[in-house]
Amino acid sequence: MALPKVLSLREHDSEDSERRTRIGQKTKDDKTQESPETTPIVRYRGVKKSFGDVEVLKGIDLDMMPGEKVAVIGPSGSGKTTLARLLMTLERPSAGIIEVEGEPLYHKRVGARLVPADERHIARMRSKIGMVFQHFNLFPHRTILQNVTEAPIHVKKMPRLEAEEKAREMLEKVGLIEHIDKYPEQLSGGQKQRVAIARALVMEPKIMLFDEPTSALDPELVGEVLAVIKEIAEKGDMAMMLITHEMQFAREVADRVLFTDGGNIVEQGTPEEIFEHPKSERLQAFLARFLGGVGGGGQ
Amino acid sequence: MTSLETLISLLPTLMKGLVVTLEVFLLGSVVAAVLAFIAGLMRLSKFRIVRFLAAFYVEFFRGTSLLIQLFWIFYVLPFFGLDLSALTAGVLALGLNYGAYGSEVVRSAILSVPRGQTEAAIALNMSPVLRFRRIILPQAWPLMIPPFGNLLIELLKGTSLVSLITLSDLTFQAMSLRTTVSKLEIPIFALLLIIYFVIAYAVTLLMRALEKKATVGRA
Amino acid sequence: MSEIWNWQTAADVFWKLTKVVPVTLEATFLGFALAAVLGLVWALMRRSRFRPVSLLAYWMIEFVRSTPLLVQLLFLYLALPRFPVFVIGVTGLGLHYSAYLAEVYRGGIEAVPQGQWEAARALNFSPFKTWTRIILPQAVRPIIPVMGNYLIVLFKETPLLFTINVVEMMSVAKKFGSHTFQYTEAYTIVGVLFFLMSYPSSLLVRWAERRMALKQ
Repeated sequence: MALPKVLSLREHDSEDSERRTRIGQKTKDDKTQESPETTPIVRYRGVKKSFGDVEVLKGIDLDMMPGEKVAVIGPSGSGKTTLARLLMTLERPSAGIIEVEGEPLYHKRVGARLVPADERHIARMRSKIGMVFQHFNLFPHRTILQNVTEAPIHVKKMPRLEAEEKAREMLEKVGLIEHIDKYPEQLSGGQKQRVAIARALVMEPKIMLFDEPTSALDPELVGEVLAVIKEIAEKGDMAMMLITHEMQFAREVADRVLFTDGGNIVEQGTPEEIFEHPKSERLQAFLARFLGGVGGGGQ
Repeated sequence: MTSLETLISLLPTLMKGLVVTLEVFLLGSVVAAVLAFIAGLMRLSKFRIVRFLAAFYVEFFRGTSLLIQLFWIFYVLPFFGLDLSALTAGVLALGLNYGAYGSEVVRSAILSVPRGQTEAAIALNMSPVLRFRRIILPQAWPLMIPPFGNLLIELLKGTSLVSLITLSDLTFQAMSLRTTVSKLEIPIFALLLIIYFVIAYAVTLLMRALEKKATVGRA
Repeated sequence: MSEIWNWQTAADVFWKLTKVVPVTLEATFLGFALAAVLGLVWALMRRSRFRPVSLLAYWMIEFVRSTPLLVQLLFLYLALPRFPVFVIGVTGLGLHYSAYLAEVYRGGIEAVPQGQWEAARALNFSPFKTWTRIILPQAVRPIIPVMGNYLIVLFKETPLLFTINVVEMMSVAKKFGSHTFQYTEAYTIVGVLFFLMSYPSSLLVRWAERRMALKQ
């Protein structure tokens, strides 16, 4: 497990992604680079993103630590969803570098230079990340169980029985074991989102992204989904990025809260700092609007 | 009564034509389906030149008449050294023509699968091939069946044109019978229409069954 | 004669063909006019509450749509021996495409919101006035591009008229080919002419479709 071996593996794209992930993990344990406490699992450096003439991210710098729960709040159009979509490789950054476990996501190191990475590299990096979408995006032509086993069987090449066992376990966790043979359209929005969470979890990502997971739900269904996410957050050692409009939830779950506005991270800090002692005017105005009164974040 | 008997005595000849019609229909459908998928996927390519080539093929074959394409393939290609049998020419013309129409069906069905499906598949780290095969196509396929059914009926009707390039299909047999038993020409052609209608109806029923099967478990 | 392509021949056949372009266009527009009127009749019959009428229209549409135009033309040709071939050709085209247009009308009529019928009734419009003043004007506008498409499809089917001896572009090209054995020029030029007329028209229809979609 010495350093040279790890490095050489990184440069040759012949191994399957699963093994790499494990090796990548060992890197941390062996403290070959930095200590695990100080190695960010995700790092944005000067990340910009434009759609046509509109610059939605204007140079983001952000580090996330392994296991850290980061909530992202901010008005719609502030770029918070794009922040997650870039990490999930659903969009390409216009400029800047994103690193996952110290390795560039969209680039490869060739000597001292960074060159655009090929699809294989991106696929390998992507296996460390999972995402839950605002609109669930379940596969309507597959049953609940098949929605969860689809990727383990066909991406990870897991034997069907093993995949089904894992999927059942996951669906049990999110409280949907009795619905496994139904199709997505037979479920409520809250149930669908819980399936989507199980589907992402079963791939065992190191980083989970939640893109406004309750925004498309009827108010009475929000609670069940938040409860599941909270449970995962409390148990799991996964890093999590929670893009949300649920302030109370962000406060309870997050280690750190980011406030984005106009394509920048305007303010960040512990939930207490953000919700009780907001410094910037923009954050104060945002919280006032959201919580129905100035300083409404307080008890 | 004698004229009915005569009409019945002509049935074997018509049946011989029916076999040819069905043969052209089936082969033409296969060629058309293959071309429809190839051209339909090419039109969604990220490479401009690939999209352009497919669009050129589609516009060209949709912009001219099937009859002219058929005559061109059968009567003109031999001058360029490509001497095709009437059957090959007929199948090729039908396949190329309806493949062009079919590619539009394939393209729009794939485009109508919500973008979120692709994104969810990417988030689960599926490769582009896997995404298409297991997520996009199974959702696009049920949308393709009804318009494909309509195109199959059009293709079936189009097979009657091969009678004009010497292929002895149903229409050809009816035309030749017309000269032998001229007083029955109207009943013969009425019967011919009914036979086409029956085949078309069978195709419609088949496609409906296929549609039901493709959407099983889903609303 | 050994060369594959002769420009002089091509020019000859081109001039011969342009002389019958009016015949093709007349057959197209007359056939389409007939299809538009007949199609509306089928569509209205389909909506009749009197079952036999709506069933008759249903099977009529199904039958005409699922049988080849070529065979329909030959049938009409034999069944109506006294009629000029041009009239038979126009009748065949019109009848065939009336079945398609009936479905188009039906879609357009069904797309008119139920509230329009109710409003017409509330204002005490007669059934005739309801149709002519309220429903049809709203039903027809959105289907104009679809109708345009069928006009082009019908245009591309006119070469079939040569089979019943109408002197149109295809028959001229065929005759030219069999006289001179210059099939290459004859069939290529006729194809090019059809493409030159149909492709710009289809671009126009697509433009109209996009404009229609934007308005909604």
